[in-house]
Amino acid sequence: MDQIAAHQDSATSRDWPVAIYRTLKSFGVAQVSYVPDAGHSKLIKLSHADADIKTTVLTTEEEGVALSAGAWLGGDRAVLLMQSSGVGNCVNMLSLMASCRFPLLTLVTMRGEWAEFNPWQIPMGRATPQAFEIMGATVLRLDDPDDAEEVISAAASLAYDGDQQVAVLISQRMIGRKKWTRETH
Amino acid sequence: MSAPTGTLDRRAAVKALLADRGDLLVISGLGSSSYDLFDAGEHPGNFYLWGAMGGAAMVGLGLALAQPKRPVLVITGDGEQLMGIGSLLTIATKQPGNLSIAVLDNGHFGETGMQLSHSGLGARLEVIASGAGIGNVSDIADMAGIERFRASLRDLGGGPRLARIRIAAGEVERALPPRDGTYLKNRFRSHLGFAVR
Repeated sequence: MDQIAAHQDSATSRDWPVAIYRTLKSFGVAQVSYVPDAGHSKLIKLSHADADIKTTVLTTEEEGVALSAGAWLGGDRAVLLMQSSGVGNCVNMLSLMASCRFPLLTLVTMRGEWAEFNPWQIPMGRATPQAFEIMGATVLRLDDPDDAEEVISAAASLAYDGDQQVAVLISQRMIGRKKWTRETH
Repeated sequence: MSAPTGTLDRRAAVKALLADRGDLLVISGLGSSSYDLFDAGEHPGNFYLWGAMGGAAMVGLGLALAQPKRPVLVITGDGEQLMGIGSLLTIATKQPGNLSIAVLDNGHFGETGMQLSHSGLGARLEVIASGAGIGNVSDIADMAGIERFRASLRDLGGGPRLARIRIAAGEVERALPPRDGTYLKNRFRSHLGFAVR
């Protein structure tokens, strides 16, 4: 909780992970699971520092889909953090959410779209929206840091109140270029 | 290498695990494990997976973290657990004291034509679980072992635990639980006192 207070005064558009964190708190999210991603690192830190959120590191993304189902069975709201490269891993497990109409809220940092230097990231990045959509999930975009609260709030309502599977794709432009690419070229 | 020589009857083993179940919550993995759980007795605290291959233990973890005062048991097969083998590492990072996993191990993929599984070809799931950081593991080959495991389930500080239960590989008649996932979900949640909207 001190973490929020510490960040509250200095909230700017660059603090979008803090805006996401606050919005998740306002929805009573009690479990966060993640496959690490640099774009999510601040949110992961905030989550680990919060004693009221059970934060779980995963070996692969579909574990977090199943975890979210179990959390809901037990009365907890869960959020799954990943990067776009891991979305394909989730496809079959999304059947669980569709078959049982389990809420799923997943926040996906995008690779392979804005100033991507690694061609291996591009195919899964490009297929990310469709990979969710073929399994019946709703895809929302977060392109402007100032929209973080509004978009996450809309997604959370749709998931937890509407019993839907919702993915918010966070623009690679918000995360920024990898600096070391300049040094290598 | 040959298949493990299990002799336990899977239905009898699961029935014994659930005897006097009290406030136990149970998740069963896709395939015969769901039939075994249903055959042992319908209960609103049962959640049967009819899909989500490899996901049973993780559903169990999410539930165990949400309900730390209730014992949670995952009953699954060797094939199902093998597909979600990384989940053993993930569970170990959280050390949920109330979570137990019973792997019914016949060394085969029983639902799909009885091909030998990795377990049948030599993998030791309880050893893998131990290496993953699950401290409380056991290798059960008789009903006395089942009874000891059953008695331990209610110790909410003793988990996470994983038991490899050596069952016979024979075919068993199917016992089919309800397949409507939304019904099973709502039934489970209302059993825990959550309003169904």
